[in-house]
Amino acid sequence: MKKLVTKRSLLLAAVTLAGGLAMAGVATARDLTVVSWGGAYQDAQKAAYFTPFVEQTKIPMHDESWDGGIGVLRAKVQGGAANWDVVQVESDELQLGCEEGLYEKIDWTKVGGKDAYLPAAVSDCGVGAILYNFILAYDGDKLKKGPASWADFFDLKTFPGKRALRKGPKTNLEIALLADGVPLKDVYSVLKTDAGVDRAFAKLDAIKSEMIWWEAGAQPPQLLASGEVAMTSAYNGRISAANKKDAKNFKIVWNESLYTLDSWVILKGTENLDQAYTFLNFVGEAKNQKVLPEYISYGVTSKAASGEIKAELLPDLPTNPKNLENATQIDTVFWLENLDRLTERFNKWAAK
Amino acid sequence: MTDTTALKVRLRRAERSRQLAAAGLVLPLVIFLLLTFALPIGGMLWRAVADEEVAVALPRTVAALRGWDGRALPEATVFAALAADLPQAKDDGTLPAAARRLNYDMTGFRTLLFKSARGALPLDPAGAREALLAIDPDWGDVERWGAIQRAGGPLTAFYLLTAVDLHQTADGSITHRPAQESIYVDVFGRTFQISILVTVACLLLGFPVAYLLAVLPQRLGNPLMILVLLPFWTSLLVRTTAWVVLLQNKGIVNDSLIALGIQQEPTQLIYNRIGVYVAMTHVLLPFMILPLYSVMRGISPSYLRAARSLGAPPTTAFVRVYLPQCLPGIGAGCLLVFVLALGYYITPALVGGAGDQMIAYFIAFYTTSTINWGLASALGAVLLVATLVLCATYNKLVGFDRVALR
Repeated sequence: MKKLVTKRSLLLAAVTLAGGLAMAGVATARDLTVVSWGGAYQDAQKAAYFTPFVEQTKIPMHDESWDGGIGVLRAKVQGGAANWDVVQVESDELQLGCEEGLYEKIDWTKVGGKDAYLPAAVSDCGVGAILYNFILAYDGDKLKKGPASWADFFDLKTFPGKRALRKGPKTNLEIALLADGVPLKDVYSVLKTDAGVDRAFAKLDAIKSEMIWWEAGAQPPQLLASGEVAMTSAYNGRISAANKKDAKNFKIVWNESLYTLDSWVILKGTENLDQAYTFLNFVGEAKNQKVLPEYISYGVTSKAASGEIKAELLPDLPTNPKNLENATQIDTVFWLENLDRLTERFNKWAAK
Repeated sequence: MTDTTALKVRLRRAERSRQLAAAGLVLPLVIFLLLTFALPIGGMLWRAVADEEVAVALPRTVAALRGWDGRALPEATVFAALAADLPQAKDDGTLPAAARRLNYDMTGFRTLLFKSARGALPLDPAGAREALLAIDPDWGDVERWGAIQRAGGPLTAFYLLTAVDLHQTADGSITHRPAQESIYVDVFGRTFQISILVTVACLLLGFPVAYLLAVLPQRLGNPLMILVLLPFWTSLLVRTTAWVVLLQNKGIVNDSLIALGIQQEPTQLIYNRIGVYVAMTHVLLPFMILPLYSVMRGISPSYLRAARSLGAPPTTAFVRVYLPQCLPGIGAGCLLVFVLALGYYITPALVGGAGDQMIAYFIAFYTTSTINWGLASALGAVLLVATLVLCATYNKLVGFDRVALR
């Protein structure tokens, strides 16, 4: 009896070993793996980028999705078992991961040169993928003559009704300063001073009694649709989607909007470096980028693409030069340094 | 004689093998509990006091600061140690973690460290002090050095102190955090207040329902029971968003009140504390009804009848005979609802205002948004301890042996 067990376990060990070797053999030939945010966005990317990429370059690739979090990337790269090559990250993950050395430094000559992209899309470790805005939205059916700036958002006399902003300090302090007359280009230099933060909170005090705070990106269109609020801050894509899908007449105020970018990064030490660059070059080309807005209302980062996008799509796009005219980028480094402290202060203020 | 000894031995052997088999059967559960319960909680408690990042990145500085009293700027050797550590940490990739940790303690540390590491630092240790002060005058602030000293590890009280709104200064004294940033004591108070109120509301609403379910004949009781269980099986998110639809300004509740002429203008019922109470009470109600029901089913109606026939008026019969027998169910229901309510996150986030967030909101915020796991763990640890203290008090007053967790 005992002998049999030993024999069997020996056999098992041999099979496991052989299997392990076979797996290792497979792993050396791993396909290019691209990771993005899933959902409707990744479906759009599949149609605009992934499928044409495989057809045209004959490079086998497959795509996965993730929910963000620098910890995931840290584990992949530092754990030594990185099975992802190209990942789309948000601006703070780009900044943190670049500092920590989780990404390859981008060789811009391989992706068409820095000049081919919007200046905001260029950084040491990432190639900008999409641009989206934090905008003021209202229901065009309920407000015939709508607001034109954040100052109007704070004007309860001319535009009575409730207001909604995202819960937390990020973007709201910028909005308050803009409404208080700080020029767009000076917002973060003012916010870096204690007096600037005090000024922002003092401005928020003025509309505190009429405020509703939203948490999820799906809430602003719902709040507008139900008539709960007269105006809200929102992501531009959610508002466009509500107009398209639910036949709403929501209006977007692009003036003084705040934008941010998602970027493509290449994980450090990838075995598919050449294929990764081929992929980034492909998704950076204007002729490919101009297709994406047909599927989803995000701005693309190639300078040349903006001119080639269908005219009827332009009014909804963050990268439309008219929409970008008076907008500023959310300062990632400022928020990395101050989010904890200002969130505490925001909650103290909100509970008063 | 030998026969009995042999019998005893055999008996003992059989006994032991049975015990081993029993232990073997329990073993998977014990391992499971260790892996999924004891280990994560231990890990959380450890993270609340662990402090390693700065010692790894700036070992010479941490060593040089040992014994510094924190009253005046440290000596030139400390500056020289930092000037030697910074470029090394930058090359090793350990600087970002240290910068993040120090920035928790004092805003601006991220910029300060990266700027200094990039700046021109002399190889000659004698010039380090001037060079660092030239890069940023912040290095002349005693509190900056105090923050590095406190973060030297391997253990720290920083996170736990922050979780109760306290702060340690460079000279070692413990003070309150600035008023506009000390929020956690308030938030803990708010968490317990909401949980207690929700528990009381659940008891008041659940008791009559459970009583009705228990006394009705099965034919009527079962369909009613399903009405209790259906929401219980529905997703928490669905029930929470359903309350959004009901309570909003143009929702069914406000519209009906206006149509009935009770009010002219809609009342704000959501995105404030009322919304939190209503939605949480509804979501947690089954956890009160079910234990109450199971206890009430076991109470024979003959006791009440006996009390009545002996001349007790209905109220007295209920209070002196029925209610005491329900106590185990009340205890179990209250404990369940209260402990579940303490950890609520998504319901207050969706139907509450910015001033109605409970402690779980901040734990989630630090875990996922700013990756400040030390503070998230410390908040979790404080909540755990406070809950254990409350449960111990409860045990003293009511007693767990009277609780029926059936």
